[in-house]
Amino acid sequence: MTYAIAAILLVCLVALVTIPLRREQEDPAAAKAAFDREELRAELAELEARKAARYREIRDAEGDRAAGKLDDADFERLDGELRREAAEVLKEIDRVRSQLGLSAKSG
Amino acid sequence: MTSLGTAALAVGFLTTLYAIGAAIYGAVRRERRWVDSSRLAVYGFMGLMVICFLVLEVAFLSNDFAFQTVAEHSSTTTPIFYKMTAMWSSQEGSLLLWAFVLSIGSSAVLYLTRDSQRQVAPWATAVLMVLAAFFCGLMLFSVSPFVRLDPVPVEGAGLTPLLRNPYMAMHPPMIYSGYVLFSIPFAFAIGALITRRLDTTWIRSTRRFALVAWIFLGIGLLLGARWSYEELGWGGYWGWDPVENAALMPWLLGTAFLHGIQVQERRGMLKIWNTGLITATFVFCLIGTFLVRSGVLQSIHAFGASTVGGPLLVLIGITSLGSTLLIWSRRKDLQPERRISSPLSREAIFLINNLLLVGLTAVIFWGTFFPLISEAVTGVSSSLAAPWFADYVAPLGVLLVLFTGIGPLFAWGQLSGSAALRVLAWPVALSSLTVISLAIFTDVSSSPWALFLFGFAAFTFVALAQEFARAAITRRALTGESMPVALGSAMARNRRRYGGYTAHFGIVVLLIAVTASSSFQTKEDLRLAPGQSGKVDDYTLSYEKLVVDPNNERIAFNARLAVSKDGERIGTLTPARQYYPTQDPSAGPIGRYFEGEATSEVGLRTSGTGDLWTAFQPDLAPIEEDVEAGNKALADAGPVAQGIAIVAIADAYAADPPAATFRVIWDPLVIWVWIGGIFVMGGALFAVWPTSSSRQRAEVAKAAKAAREASGSTANPGGRS
Repeated sequence: MTYAIAAILLVCLVALVTIPLRREQEDPAAAKAAFDREELRAELAELEARKAARYREIRDAEGDRAAGKLDDADFERLDGELRREAAEVLKEIDRVRSQLGLSAKSG
Repeated sequence: MTSLGTAALAVGFLTTLYAIGAAIYGAVRRERRWVDSSRLAVYGFMGLMVICFLVLEVAFLSNDFAFQTVAEHSSTTTPIFYKMTAMWSSQEGSLLLWAFVLSIGSSAVLYLTRDSQRQVAPWATAVLMVLAAFFCGLMLFSVSPFVRLDPVPVEGAGLTPLLRNPYMAMHPPMIYSGYVLFSIPFAFAIGALITRRLDTTWIRSTRRFALVAWIFLGIGLLLGARWSYEELGWGGYWGWDPVENAALMPWLLGTAFLHGIQVQERRGMLKIWNTGLITATFVFCLIGTFLVRSGVLQSIHAFGASTVGGPLLVLIGITSLGSTLLIWSRRKDLQPERRISSPLSREAIFLINNLLLVGLTAVIFWGTFFPLISEAVTGVSSSLAAPWFADYVAPLGVLLVLFTGIGPLFAWGQLSGSAALRVLAWPVALSSLTVISLAIFTDVSSSPWALFLFGFAAFTFVALAQEFARAAITRRALTGESMPVALGSAMARNRRRYGGYTAHFGIVVLLIAVTASSSFQTKEDLRLAPGQSGKVDDYTLSYEKLVVDPNNERIAFNARLAVSKDGERIGTLTPARQYYPTQDPSAGPIGRYFEGEATSEVGLRTSGTGDLWTAFQPDLAPIEEDVEAGNKALADAGPVAQGIAIVAIADAYAADPPAATFRVIWDPLVIWVWIGGIFVMGGALFAVWPTSSSRQRAEVAKAAKAAREASGSTANPGGRS
């Protein structure tokens, strides 16, 4: 009885996990291109996240100055540093977007 | 039914092996379809674990004693709620719970990252499925929950009486869910280390899982503490027992991790520290499972002997060593993007808080494992009691409260001295005032650590109040909303920050309550006969009478205590002692009802200022003669006659009971332990709840993906399953 049930479950499992494998075999060159493209998309996602983090930090720094946590001098230094970093991230985003064939409008 | 469970378990084990192989093959060969196949295998594994879980639940609910685990942990008289929760009182049931939660968590995270984390996710899949294979393998080859009994017994042994408590019924699934869900950030950290994709992507993908794991573990700790307070009869909620500590340690490390990743996300620092922390957190989750299930340390919470300690120890060793070597090999990739430039910065305070949390864990680890360490060194096993823990934990806890308050006040980056003085002024002034007032007007200074803690708690409350007030004022200035609406809007716009602050508030409330209830508790053991009274703190307790409450599960003796204050009766407490029958036939047909396991039901009077807690220990010596006579006379009698005799003996005892022992405790502020805990968990839930903007982003991403697919993108000709 156990073996019969296991066989039925196994057949169902095999049917499930082979769905992607039963697709038509991809052309190796196309598969590699797709993989590279996915790598670039992942890189772009990380850069977008870094951009959002820098923007958030800039907003937080402005809030901290308004709350009196940062002196003007401290704020200027931190804000300048964050804006420089954000500009570098934007450049990187433009580079990756152009590699992906997307228009470069990262800001 | 056992066949279905065994078959699903066996196929589940094979599925995990396939998923590991397919994920690694797909990652190494860069073949997406194998990676997709491995993900589908994980979904399939979840389906199989759901089958296993349901088979066992149905067996418990239908009293199917053909299942050995049902026969050993349930009975026809066990209430339905406890039948549903009896599964995890057994070793095999708790292993199934591990695998079940792991399958759901793994499927959820792989579903959410199906369009991202292309390099890391296959390796994370492999790590998660190695863990799944381990637990499935244990069940399949060592302790199966689907062992069949033949012949089938007509009645089961019933659930361990101590576990018949709603808090304890829900405590294990909460703890295990916490343990298991911490495996997800751990697995993605390992994937990120293997692929050298050590940016913050793996953190962003698994941060919510880490926070949900932390919430589950925290709720589990609170439920366990409440159970201990109500059920164990020793008068406390935390006894520094090894199994309690085993769940606290990963929670502390998880707390450090959740703070450490904020520094990494914001400032690109602490990368080695954070990968180390999540590894340590998960290893301590495994150690927690090991301590409950191995029996290597004496604990009131370790139920029954175990056969899985050895394999768990091997898993802990491999996980620790493998992860450490991997982190070491990637140390160059884990270099920080910046350095901490000033101690007057939020990142510096976060690091200090992290060090305090790790320090606390180290102290608790040393105290917990001291019996094993001392035995290894001296040959004699010695335990460290609660006062030892208090001596070392108190100073670290006091500092933790202080830095919990300083953190939100400081900005990221660097503060000048004048800015630091400005933001610290009000908290320092008001906390100083608190300390001076407490020292002058109360006797709190008799416990210096308590005085420090209350002072620092005041500091943190003022600091948090400042933060909430600033948020509301700024929002109001921008929008013209009323203050409460402005506060609500500001909190909703930054759930992570203000959820965190709410959790900090709750932690400080909880620590105040822990300090007050442990430092200023009054405890008395009174020996009273009916009609006699005793005094504890400001309360007078009078033992009025004893009441017998038998049912088909146990006999309960309920003591009625009148409580008076300043000569005025203010209420009644009814502590009880419940006796469950033993299965040992040598106790005799009557004696077995009085010589089995006994539990306490405490009498509790709760208020905002403190709890009056009572437990009761009757002296059953006078019934021994009657029980002996009953054992002889009714050895061959039917259960009805035996039942009548048992009730008659109990009634006769209750009509003229001897003096009994009452433990009475006045526990100041203890209710705030639970209220603080609710704030902590509520704040964390608020932080983890998706914001409307993140929901909108998800919808936009979904729409963009649909558009890409509709336009017949050639970038991914195979499509995605």
